[in-house]
This record gives sequence, C-alpha cells and structure tokens, in this order.
Amino acid sequence: MSGPDILKTFEGPMRTKVGACFPGERTVFRGYDLHAEFKHAEWIDLYIFSITGRRLTPIQLKVLQGIWVYTSYPDPRLWNNRVAAMAGSARGTGAQGLGAAIATSEAAIYGRQPEITVADFLIRALKRTEAGESLEQVIRQELGIHKRLLGYGRPVATLDVDERIPVTLDLMQHEGVEIGPHLKLAFEVERVLSEVAGRPLPMTYSAMVVSIPMDMGFSPLECYLYMQPCFIAGMIPCYLEALERPEGATFVMRCDRLEYDGPAHRSWD
Amino acid sequence: MSDNFGEVFHSHIWEEKAEPDNPFTAAACYCRGYDVYGDLLSKATYIEYLYLLFKGERPTQEVAAALQLLAIALANPGPRDPSVHAAMAAGVGGSPAASVLMAALASGAGSYGGGREVLLAMQAWIDCGTNLENWQRYLSSPQAPSRPLFWPQTEHAPGFDPHGVTCSTIVTQTLQQLCRILPDGQLNWLAKEQPALEKAAGIPLAMTGVVAAAFTNLDFSPAEAEMLTLLWRLPGAAAHALEQWQRGFRQFPFFSLDLENDPGVTGLKEKT
Repeated sequence: MSGPDILKTFEGPMRTKVGACFPGERTVFRGYDLHAEFKHAEWIDLYIFSITGRRLTPIQLKVLQGIWVYTSYPDPRLWNNRVAAMAGSARGTGAQGLGAAIATSEAAIYGRQPEITVADFLIRALKRTEAGESLEQVIRQELGIHKRLLGYGRPVATLDVDERIPVTLDLMQHEGVEIGPHLKLAFEVERVLSEVAGRPLPMTYSAMVVSIPMDMGFSPLECYLYMQPCFIAGMIPCYLEALERPEGATFVMRCDRLEYDGPAHRSWD
Repeated sequence: MSDNFGEVFHSHIWEEKAEPDNPFTAAACYCRGYDVYGDLLSKATYIEYLYLLFKGERPTQEVAAALQLLAIALANPGPRDPSVHAAMAAGVGGSPAASVLMAALASGAGSYGGGREVLLAMQAWIDCGTNLENWQRYLSSPQAPSRPLFWPQTEHAPGFDPHGVTCSTIVTQTLQQLCRILPDGQLNWLAKEQPALEKAAGIPLAMTGVVAAAFTNLDFSPAEAEMLTLLWRLPGAAAHALEQWQRGFRQFPFFSLDLENDPGVTGLKEKT
C-alpha cells in the first residue's frame, strides 16, 4: 500500500490503545481505569507507566525520582533555567517560560542530546563487549565516527567528579537497587576513555541518568521521555524570582555590554 | 561555577549606542553597520532586512524577489497541516498567543513537512550536488542521520511527499515561479531532473523539496533555512488560530475514537 491509500485506511474513528476520557464517567489510561488502578499511585508511577506501559517497583521509582531531585538546580545562569527567568523578567506566563525552558533542555552540550546519545552508545557497546570485543576497540571506533563521546567531559567543571553521581549511588545503595550492566559499563567507559584520550574525561550525569533506567529495561527513547520533567523544579524558582524583581531587572545589560565586532557604520543609500 | 565566562554579549550583527541619560536605553541600533531606525527603517523592505540579519549584506533584486515568493509560499500550509491544526487546537481553547505559536512550531518542526525536513533535504543537496547519479544512489537508500538521536526516525526521502501520487499542482507552480526568478542553479536543475528524482524516490516532489532547493540556490545554510522555514510558516497558524477562537470550540472537530482496549464500566466496578 502506498500514497493516499495509507491515509485512507486511517480515515474515520481513530484507533487507539493509549486511552480516552468519558466525561462524567471515567477515563481509560493504557487499558486501565485511571481512577481505579492508580487511585493511590505516586505521580512518577503513572508517569513511568505512561512511557513504558509497565509498573515499576517502589524502590525503582524512588531512585528514578531521586535523579530528578538531584539535578534540579535553581541557578538562573544555566541556559535552560535562564529561559524561564527571561520569561519571568518579561512578565510572560509560567507555562510559556517552563515550556520553552523544557524544550531548551534538549541541548547539544547538556540535557537530552548527550543523554540519548550516550544511551545509544552504551547499548551498542554492551552488546559488543558481551560478544567478546574489547571496550577500547569499541571506544576507538566510536571516536573515529564522532569526535567526542557525549556523556563524558562536562561543559563546565570538566575535570571534576559530577557531584550528582555519588549521591545517586548512595541512594541506590540505600534503596537496595543494584548497579546493573549498563551503569557498570558506563563507569568502565570512563576509565578506558581517559586512557584512550590521554586525559581525564569524567563521566557526566548524562551517562548515569540513562544507565540506571536502561538497567530497569528502558530503551533510549524511554530514557529521553523519562528525563523530560527532570529540571522543572529548578526552573520554577528562577521564573518566580524574576517575577519578584522589577520587570526587566533580571540579568540587566547596559547597551555597552554588547561587544560588536561586525562591519563599520555604513549608509543604506 | 569555577569556569571563567565573560559577562558581555559578542555579536557581529548588532550594535547599540546608549541614550546620554540612560545606559540601558538604546538611542541608535546598528544592524551589520546600518543605522536601523535612523536610516534603514524607511528604505529597506522587510525581506531585505531579514536577509541582512542572516547573511550580513543586502540581497540582490533577484534574491529578494525569490525570498519574497518563498515567504508567501510558506506562510499558510492550511488548516489540515499539523502545525496549523496544532495552533488551532491551542487557539480554540483560548490559549495565549505565544502558546499558539509554540504549538505551531512544535508541530511544524519535524521531518514530515516541517523545518527539519527542509534541513535534511538541504544536507542531501550538500552531499549530492547537481549530480543525478549521487541523488539516485541517495534516494534509493537514504541514510538516516546518526545524530542527534532524539528526532524520530525519518520515514521517507526528505523533500518528497510520502503520500503523494504525482507532484501536486501547488508544488509545481511554486517551482515554476521560483525558476523564473532564479533561472540558474539548483532550482533549475531540480525542475529538469524532477522526473528522474521522483522515479528514484518512488514518491513525488514535495513543497519542502522545492523550499530546500531554493534556499540552497540562495546560499543559505541548512540551519538558516530551517529557522526561516519555521518562522515563515507561522502567519497562517496565527490567523487560523484566531479564527477558530472566534468561531468557538463547538465548531471545531473533536473526532471520534475507537478505543481498542476499553476495560469498560464493569471493569471499574469490579476493581473498586
């Protein structure tokens, strides 16, 4: 089947398995009655179910929620948080500021792009090392295709241990969640990569926040979706504090703080 | 943070001179060296100013005419397009204007008819040039980009219509009009080789393919073209969203669903 024939088969009532609301009666959520099945559920339980269609154990959910807690940084200088702060400074709405800041978080140097990229690499690397290839060979080949291995070497404080990693390991230990094959490999990559690169490239939180859910059976896409709300709690105070300042008074810039290095003045005529 | 970042913006696009009595208010703004409010404002067209912002120089008459045509061609993909549909869905419920346009951007950004499709098609132009064999090889087995990975997989050759039978009249009209303005370069080659390219792709040329060829012809980078495509598709989304808000949600389709795994009311009673 091709062309418009495909579209014709999708005309009429839309077939769905994700759910529907029956106003005044009930709501079906992925085949379950929302108000019955999730009556006492934590929001993260439903959120993970919405992504994976699976219910995780309470201790697994606690670790996944802990990751969100540990990476909620209310620092308005951070690029995504700054979007929320600028929306507040310009007296935009909270939804606009947060929506734009969340979308901003799928950045190339932090957030969603390094996460999904390192997730994809770890899955491939695990398969190959389990089949007998050396990790060094796998890393060298990856570096031959891409200049950098995303998930290693932070854009700021590049040489320091990511402060979120030890606290997450503590939480895992406290909850009794074992280190799985993806996380173990992620640490091993850190060691081998530093040898290959000839300089330390510490693992970033990106590698950790995908390794843990992948050890729980998540795909890279599921990791990406799981991480969507992870920065929100840090963004909201940036938005609110900008509202508390006078309008336009967040990250104030004088005209001369714009350093121009373009063409000299010229006339349109 | 321990890293040493500066606290100024660096730009070769924009310069400001402050009012003598207020360092925070601009008395003059220069775009690429031109005094925007003291000189350019009454002399430049909107398209000329946009070109200056992106490319740093004034466009030739032909380039400005081609961009003007592209801006009109892109301005309103119509209510059935996902970006306009999303904008209307936001507008009909009374969401703020920015939310409406954010909805249009999100649904007009992807690899099916959106900004990313134009970007990917332009990357194909960079890889294949005006060499038919290169294009035929590429179209027979298009390689999915390896990064960034958060974009959903592309499902058809960028620039071609996966649901088309023959090239639509409006796509043909747009290509013909652009070729009249820019008779040399990628657009002309596209018009000449269109049958062979469509045969290789197995599907007809789409508007995104014409737009990608035009931006390539005009020396825009894929990233610049992606931005302009997103930007220029917004007017229709805005107008249709306002129209639907005025008409009201009862006139807006709500569609019927066929829920394939409904546990039913009985299921609720049993579980509770």
